[in-house]
Amino acid sequence: MSDSAPDRFRSDPTQVETDTRDARISGTDDRFNSKLRQAFGASPFILTKFDQFMNWVRGSSMFMLQFGIACCSIEMMHTYAVKHDLDRFGAGVPRASPRQADVIIVPGTIVSKFAPRMKRVYDQMPEPKFVVGMGSCTISGGPFQEGYNVVKGAEEVIPVDIHVPGCPPRPEALIYGVAKLQERIATGESSPVVVKPYDLEEFGDLDRDEVVDQLAEQIDEDDLVMRYNWADSP
Amino acid sequence: MSLEEPGPDADAAAVARAADEMEALVGEHVLSRDDHLNAPGYVVRPDAVQDVLGTLREEANLDHLSCVTAQEYEDRYESIYHLKSYDDPTHEASVVVPTPKDDPRSESAAPVFRTADWHEREAYDLVGVEYEDHPDLRRILLPETWQGHPLSLDYDQERPQIVPLREHANPLEDDQKADEGETMYLNIGPHHPATHGVLHLKTTLDGEQVIDVDPDIGYLHRCEEQLCQNSTYRYQIMPYPDRWDYISAGLLNEWAYARAIEDMADIEVPEYAQVIRTMGAELCRIAAHMLAVGTFALDVYGDFTAIFMYAVRDREKVQNILEDLTGQRLMFNYFRLGGVVWDLPDPREEFFESIRDFLDHLPGSLEEYHDLISANEILQVRTVDTGVLPPAVAKSYGATGPVARGSGVDYDLRRDDPYGYYDELDWDVVTEDGMDNYSRLLVRLREVEESAKIIEQCVDLLEDWPADDRTIQSNVPRTIRPDDDTEIYRAVEAAKGELGIYMRSDGTEQPARFKIRSPCFSNLQTLPEMSNGEYIPDLVASLGSLDIVLGEVDR
Ligand code: SF4
Repeated sequence: MSDSAPDRFRSDPTQVETDTRDARISGTDDRFNSKLRQAFGASPFILTKFDQFMNWVRGSSMFMLQFGIACCSIEMMHTYAVKHDLDRFGAGVPRASPRQADVIIVPGTIVSKFAPRMKRVYDQMPEPKFVVGMGSCTISGGPFQEGYNVVKGAEEVIPVDIHVPGCPPRPEALIYGVAKLQERIATGESSPVVVKPYDLEEFGDLDRDEVVDQLAEQIDEDDLVMRYNWADSP
Repeated sequence: MSLEEPGPDADAAAVARAADEMEALVGEHVLSRDDHLNAPGYVVRPDAVQDVLGTLREEANLDHLSCVTAQEYEDRYESIYHLKSYDDPTHEASVVVPTPKDDPRSESAAPVFRTADWHEREAYDLVGVEYEDHPDLRRILLPETWQGHPLSLDYDQERPQIVPLREHANPLEDDQKADEGETMYLNIGPHHPATHGVLHLKTTLDGEQVIDVDPDIGYLHRCEEQLCQNSTYRYQIMPYPDRWDYISAGLLNEWAYARAIEDMADIEVPEYAQVIRTMGAELCRIAAHMLAVGTFALDVYGDFTAIFMYAVRDREKVQNILEDLTGQRLMFNYFRLGGVVWDLPDPREEFFESIRDFLDHLPGSLEEYHDLISANEILQVRTVDTGVLPPAVAKSYGATGPVARGSGVDYDLRRDDPYGYYDELDWDVVTEDGMDNYSRLLVRLREVEESAKIIEQCVDLLEDWPADDRTIQSNVPRTIRPDDDTEIYRAVEAAKGELGIYMRSDGTEQPARFKIRSPCFSNLQTLPEMSNGEYIPDLVASLGSLDIVLGEVDR
């Protein structure tokens, strides 16, 4: 204990408050004037709901799934790389595994063979998860809409939060889309969950009709399948 | 085209003579002649395919089965084998095999040309022709449970389809159990960072060694052929080629279509436009090779920071130039039949300046690549003598482009079957004899230099081009209707190799059959050849060195 001990352990509470306040206002001790403090006002405490806080955190640090499908993924790579550098916005850490990612950018045309795989990848991502649809293909099938094998948009299979139109969208457009997604997340909005037209189900659960009967020999009852009713597609 | 042959009559006579000589070789099997615009066509019986192709390969030096096209007519099915010679790609022939409607069976060409394996599977998948004696005839692009053949005439597109998601069984498990070996089955893809897109490799491993790898494609089969068949020649088809090889190689692909239709409908291209085309195409080649090199280094080092970013940096520069020229960064849609859509951007000096700037910096960046990649010991250990592809094997799989040139096959359509302005310029075809992953990398890096040479000469030419002679497009009718039943197969040297297009007209303004010969499709077939028996990291390196792009493999 040094000699100044009596000084440091003052017991008069009004004196303590006054000293602290003076130190802060005069700027001699700016410990209290942190960035956060400036952002949130005079009160030394942040009053927030925990979930609001979590939303803010979530929006500010997003892990993207490294997921390339078609032409749009080339522009997506450019968005991650030098010049456009998506990382500036707290959204530039591509993860190779869906289990570590919370945003999936769907960059390309989805065809019948790939949709079940994409659904599986999406299902493997932990909640909460968000989807950015990149390019016209994920909106409607884009230039390939009339193809016999093309799923007419990502929303036939998984829910999409943000659509970025373009063929391909410029990197700036994708950044804008991601920024919009961050805004939505930070304010706690999310897309309504609706049942998608195409889902994975067990083959045995499908309604029996002529198509199912024809395939009964090739597919086991408990195999997962996706059934495309092209005539009902938009 | 405007720049071709000085003496067309003499040439035509020589071609006719060669065609008759070839016919004499296989005369006993030839039912009739069905000549295409590019080559003589011999109609043969479905059970003589192997004989005919074998003879033509041995006796007439037609050692390159470029493409197999299947199509359905009102009264028959037809498979066409487009043959070329690696020594001289203008030496061509088509073997046409008609099969009856009710029993579309013909002999498989797979025992003669190994590349026929996949091509015939595709023909079976999309059109429904069956090949006897084929090693493994099953669907290749569409899921195995698909019903119907989508490019056949009576296909019902509205019919519901069911696609399963199964675990894939280990194809070797049973045999291995017998001698107590242990194998492991590994799915690489369709969602995997090292597959460069949505490729699925069914791999069987024994320890770290690859016993068997079977590429499973079709995860990006976007029906490009069907869509082109439903579009008009004049305007609607041109945007699609950009989306085949989408690694900024758009202009190279557009040229494939432009060349085919211009030869088919006899359209002239002004010289000025040819120079612009040549310049734009080579810029695209640089961009495409840069990405190939960057992702290859990414595969080998697993390093997302340095080299990949260098490559993207250089690509951004090229893309800026291309954007000035065409208005788009990736999907240019810049070529038109008979020329290009608009002239160079104003002010021209500034545009030339930006290209020269880029060209001036290019040797420096290439130096950097050589420092970082090709001179790096780690990379050399990983790539020298791995993924070996001997020239004979490459040829029998129809490999082209840097993959073939990395195996010492001196084959480049820009020189051997000239189009555009290439034969007026001074540049070299790059080959390497190493046959391994390293050679393929070197070929790409050196080709960037050659492309730069070409661009520089084009810029010189364009700068001095007289202002009153800048026709960018010849007069082309609004609607194009080539004569009924005209057939043509034409190829250009795209970034990955020989990109060919077969078209048949039926007198309307849309093609009756539009077939794309994708270089990646053939190149990818060599993967098992390079990887079986090797270690799994070498498989990844080999795949990277093939530089496939799934949009073009699956179309
Ligand atoms: S939107 Fe256009 S660029 Fe994007 S994947 Fe589809 S076709 Fe390609």
